[in-house]
Amino acid sequence: MAVKIFIATDRLDSVLEKLSTKIDLLIPASLKDDKSAPTGFVPFVPGTAPAFDRQTTTPLKKALLPQVETLLRFEYHKDPQGSPKSSVTVDDQRQVRPTLVFGARPCDVKALTTLDRVFSNGPYVDPYYVERRKNTLFATLVCRQNDAKCFCTSVGGGPADMEGSHLRIVPVDGGYVVEALSPEAQTLLENLADAPDSARDAQAGQIVEEALKRRVGELDTKGSPEAFRKRFDQTDYWFQMINQCLGCGVCTYVCPTCYCFTITDEVENLKGERLRSWDSCMFYHYTLEASGHNPRPTKLERYRNRVGHKFSYIPERYEGLLGCCGCGRCIRSCPVSIDIRQVVGHLKENTSE
Amino acid sequence: MNNNPYLPELATVQEIITETGNIRTLRVTLDNKQRMEQFDFRPGQVGQLSVFGTGESTFVINSPPTRKDYLQFSVMKTGEVTQRIHQLNTGDQIGLRAPLGNGFGFEDMKGHDILFVGGGIGMAPLRTLLLYMIDNRSDYGDITVIYGARSPKDLCFTYEFQEWRDGGINLILTVDAEFPGWKERVGFVPTVLSEVAPSAKNRIAITCGPPIMIKFVLFGLKELGYEDPQIITTLEKRMKCGIGICGRCNAGSKYVCLDGPVFSYDQIRSMGGEL
Repeated sequence: MAVKIFIATDRLDSVLEKLSTKIDLLIPASLKDDKSAPTGFVPFVPGTAPAFDRQTTTPLKKALLPQVETLLRFEYHKDPQGSPKSSVTVDDQRQVRPTLVFGARPCDVKALTTLDRVFSNGPYVDPYYVERRKNTLFATLVCRQNDAKCFCTSVGGGPADMEGSHLRIVPVDGGYVVEALSPEAQTLLENLADAPDSARDAQAGQIVEEALKRRVGELDTKGSPEAFRKRFDQTDYWFQMINQCLGCGVCTYVCPTCYCFTITDEVENLKGERLRSWDSCMFYHYTLEASGHNPRPTKLERYRNRVGHKFSYIPERYEGLLGCCGCGRCIRSCPVSIDIRQVVGHLKENTSE
Repeated sequence: MNNNPYLPELATVQEIITETGNIRTLRVTLDNKQRMEQFDFRPGQVGQLSVFGTGESTFVINSPPTRKDYLQFSVMKTGEVTQRIHQLNTGDQIGLRAPLGNGFGFEDMKGHDILFVGGGIGMAPLRTLLLYMIDNRSDYGDITVIYGARSPKDLCFTYEFQEWRDGGINLILTVDAEFPGWKERVGFVPTVLSEVAPSAKNRIAITCGPPIMIKFVLFGLKELGYEDPQIITTLEKRMKCGIGICGRCNAGSKYVCLDGPVFSYDQIRSMGGEL
């Protein structure tokens, strides 16, 4: 029997507070004390106003892949005899706290299927990601705010897609109907709030039904891997597509499926840490080699690689999986209005020629 | 390896050999004796050397799996990590994540004649396979090595050339210009290749060196009748994770760290992407 509750809008804060005693909560909220500021996922503290009314500016990925995280710590030990010999100890101890993301969107959760394939399915398994993934639950909003930049149904998702989610949140008149989709989620809902009345339950049902039917975006990605390869050497074309790019990298920063990272050491005196941080394939230094050679020296190669990675290389490598969840953030955030749908659309035209 | 592929094993520098003005060879052993005894790898597989506090870089294990007293890495001083590696002393502890990458398909090379074409530090990845073949000499036919550098001072592994010759290797050495006392060949590697002209019949060619050398060696091999699948090389890219996750070293949908670094020339042609 599915467990469902109704949370009235004016009770939301107290319900979340109660929930946060059972599990750490991340909610979408303004990133500054200003309602018009960019939004992102932040740890819940009582009084935080959730931003459920729009997609967050920054994606959910940092819940599983923090912008910076410690991979390991090391410490050098001086030889007591004073000879220059140095020894070192290294540890990779880490702790993960069970977390519930309350108010994720289907596109953000869908994006995790790409990350899962890369980080969890080998041949090498990334323990930092996997441990966090196992300990993170998702309460996902049925999306009613898709705009002209969204194209989730074009890439296999949808505004009511609950794949990978543990709870479904349906915004209804006066509040939210929250339904458990997994046993562990049922436990979380116990003693939080009453069941919805039949009118609200029916309204939630209608909203879900409508959202399941809604098509968001008209992009056709079939055959994109082969079409991309055909287009690879048309440098004039790629230059035309990327000419205005400033190389700011915001598309990768806001992208829920962009996961590329760098590893650097930070050290002070004898102690230090090895850190993993988000990186961006849109930067010159990303592929710059010590010899001075750079396989992707201009924005043309870098943009082509970004498009290729999402619509050709990931599908080729990972059984047809796309490296895009259709959230539209890269389009919305681009300061010079580069729209990835244009290039992907052209790929389709290219195959039909 | 342990269950955290990012966590290096501790290793100790046992010996340092100065090869040239900017290339040093490190012989290291894993501190965990049992791991060292069990350590197994394929010729051509690589390791990530860590100097904690500076970072990691990828180098081929250039000793062969048939000689496991130590693991050998040859390092050219180029960037931050390699500068730091050049400051290491014997007895210093470093980190090692290995073996990584694919290695050479040496099983399929059995029964073939072999041609190695190396330039400068590019001899390092060839050395591991060369020594493996010397240690299994009867499995292979003629083995010819063309190895060149700018000057005699820029050749690596000079101290074991005699051992290679004694091991049944047809070793042809060349330098770019005449030098006092130099008795071997003079000329660029691709030129020497076309002079020596080893027959392409039943032969695998393995080449590694500076990109410009590889480019002309490829021309030369094609002229001699070598087909793409007969030509093997190793690729290099900037790498971080070394395990096919961080996304950096791709050429098309292949990761050089995981799917490489060894590729045949037909594989390189078909994978696309930027090199």
